[in-house]
Amino acid sequence: MTVKIVNLKLNGVDKAFMARPETTLLLGLREQLGMMGAKRGCAQGACGSCTVLLDGSPVVSCLVPAVTVDGSTVGTVEGLSDGQVLSDVQQAFLDGFATQCGFCTPGMIMSAEALLERNPDPTTEEVQEAISGNVCRCTGYEPIITAILDAAARRRGTTAATTPETDEGPPPTTAYESSEGMRADV
Amino acid sequence: MAKINEIDTEFFADERSSSFTVIGTPAQRSDALGHVTGKTEFFEDRAFPDLAHVKIHRSVHHHARIDSVDCSEALKVPGVLRVITHHDVPANWYLVLRLIGVEPHDEPVLAEDRVLYVGEPIVAVVADTEAAAIEGASRVKVSYTELPAVLDVEEALSPDAPVIKKDGTNYFVYEGHHARRIRFGDVEEGFAQADHVFEWRYSSAPIEHAPTETTGCIVVPQSGNRLLIHSNTQAAFFTLDNTALILDRPFTDLQVKGGTVGGGFGGKVDVIVEPLACIAATLTNRPVKFVYSREEEMQVSSPRAAERIYIKDGVMADGRIVARKVMLYVDSGAYSRHTPYGTTKAAAHLPGPYTIPNVHADCHCVYTNRTPSSAMRGFGVTIADFAIESQMDRIARALDIDPLELRLRNAYRDGDMKAHRKVASGTALIEVIQRAAALVGHDLPPEYLAMSSSTPREA
Ligand code: FES
Ligand code: FES
Repeated sequence: MTVKIVNLKLNGVDKAFMARPETTLLLGLREQLGMMGAKRGCAQGACGSCTVLLDGSPVVSCLVPAVTVDGSTVGTVEGLSDGQVLSDVQQAFLDGFATQCGFCTPGMIMSAEALLERNPDPTTEEVQEAISGNVCRCTGYEPIITAILDAAARRRGTTAATTPETDEGPPPTTAYESSEGMRADV
Repeated sequence: MAKINEIDTEFFADERSSSFTVIGTPAQRSDALGHVTGKTEFFEDRAFPDLAHVKIHRSVHHHARIDSVDCSEALKVPGVLRVITHHDVPANWYLVLRLIGVEPHDEPVLAEDRVLYVGEPIVAVVADTEAAAIEGASRVKVSYTELPAVLDVEEALSPDAPVIKKDGTNYFVYEGHHARRIRFGDVEEGFAQADHVFEWRYSSAPIEHAPTETTGCIVVPQSGNRLLIHSNTQAAFFTLDNTALILDRPFTDLQVKGGTVGGGFGGKVDVIVEPLACIAATLTNRPVKFVYSREEEMQVSSPRAAERIYIKDGVMADGRIVARKVMLYVDSGAYSRHTPYGTTKAAAHLPGPYTIPNVHADCHCVYTNRTPSSAMRGFGVTIADFAIESQMDRIARALDIDPLELRLRNAYRDGDMKAHRKVASGTALIEVIQRAAALVGHDLPPEYLAMSSSTPREA
């Protein structure tokens, strides 16, 4: 089997690793480069846990043959912050309790980063569409959607999440607003 | 920003010693920063240059005798290091609940002369790469003689059903009985004196937890024969003890590193991957990973048990339930796992939070040729509740009584004798219903608003 050297710019740094024809970008990142942020949930393109940015676009890295990304730019969750200051999406996930077990979180965050790069002011529907390839079995998605809308507002320079303009159902932020007494929906 | 609902402190203020200073205020999860930065270390997030992989050859039949197993082709696959059969498992028969004294050991780690469900593990293949392990596992040849399968809980208990278990019955034996039983008062007398008798049947399908991270572990040989197990088990010590018993080695030989679980929901409480990975690591003296594929997670990891429940109630015209008879069947699948315990929980939950003078229940833990079921979020209780509360709604509809009033009329109160012969205390069903009714704007008549859990019921 031919082993090829794959060069890429990973989170802004030049990297190279060896790949066989069957090596996926996910396994290259994890096993060759030691970048464990992207997760393997299914290895068949169904769960989104392995989402990374390939030349700026979100891809499921478990389905990308590593040899095809030679010369590309790859972004993973590890590249989003220096460990001191979090990205707006990361901070919004943290503040919004948008993680439980955390296994879907890196992929979810990368899908959100890609969305906000191309659309700084998404509607709830657009957020739902953007994360429709990311499975979360723990949260029920509502806090994730709220956090992404919140991150969009932070990136635009407004401090709080705007009420999403959608006529579909109640805005998800309401479930997290404190209210007098108890609510049945949380 | 996340906000939290207020805690309602209005009720039982005099009974409470806690100040609730933590509950009701936002507190950052200690693991969330790791989650959002990708630094949280799941079991698989470590690389070993010489990591070997385990894959399994599984049964293709619901029920069959194994006539022969041929691993010679598997061993020819480049990269395959070993095959593991039941001969390599020191104490092959086990039951995870043995740690709390439950018997018999009814499940083999690897099948011996029989398979009892589709997907039952027969041979484990250890290889240099995942691909070689998959290839090797696919080349194991098993010849079978198919046997009649039992796929329904009630059929499994019929006298002419084939007995699928080596211990002689298609049900778990509870202290000499065919079921976990409740006998309280006399239900037949209750039915005779009732104005109405209602009987309905409820059933549920198995439910897969489908955690986003599949079940798995990496076992790394240490100096002095010790094994370090990186696992995503929900129960580190439970796993350690059961694994040591299966390996027939002292507990001190094993160290389990866990605690980070990519979704469990009860599905990562069985002890399935660790024993085989330990055996593979010992035989090859290499770090070994055994992790379920998504397909295995969906197909062979144990789901929530399917249940079938018949409830027969004797009810007076005013809605008082005077007798409740429950026939409950839990589908344990081919092996026990946690289901004998789940079935006991179902029994402990009957007849629901209601005071009923005559109760009779038989809760069966039944073996069938289906995927073994096990723990999942409130197992035993959840489906029983679905049945009980559906039953309450149907009675209310049949008698044209408000469903909340029907529940309030029958709600247990402090001091009531429960069917398990324990005196009820700390009850709060009445107050919860009253509050829920107020929140949704459901008006209750004054006599129902005046009810209280701490006031003894009028005879
Ligand atoms: S691991 Fe790539 S989509 Fe699931
Ligand atoms: S937080 Fe567990 S899968 Fe999303």
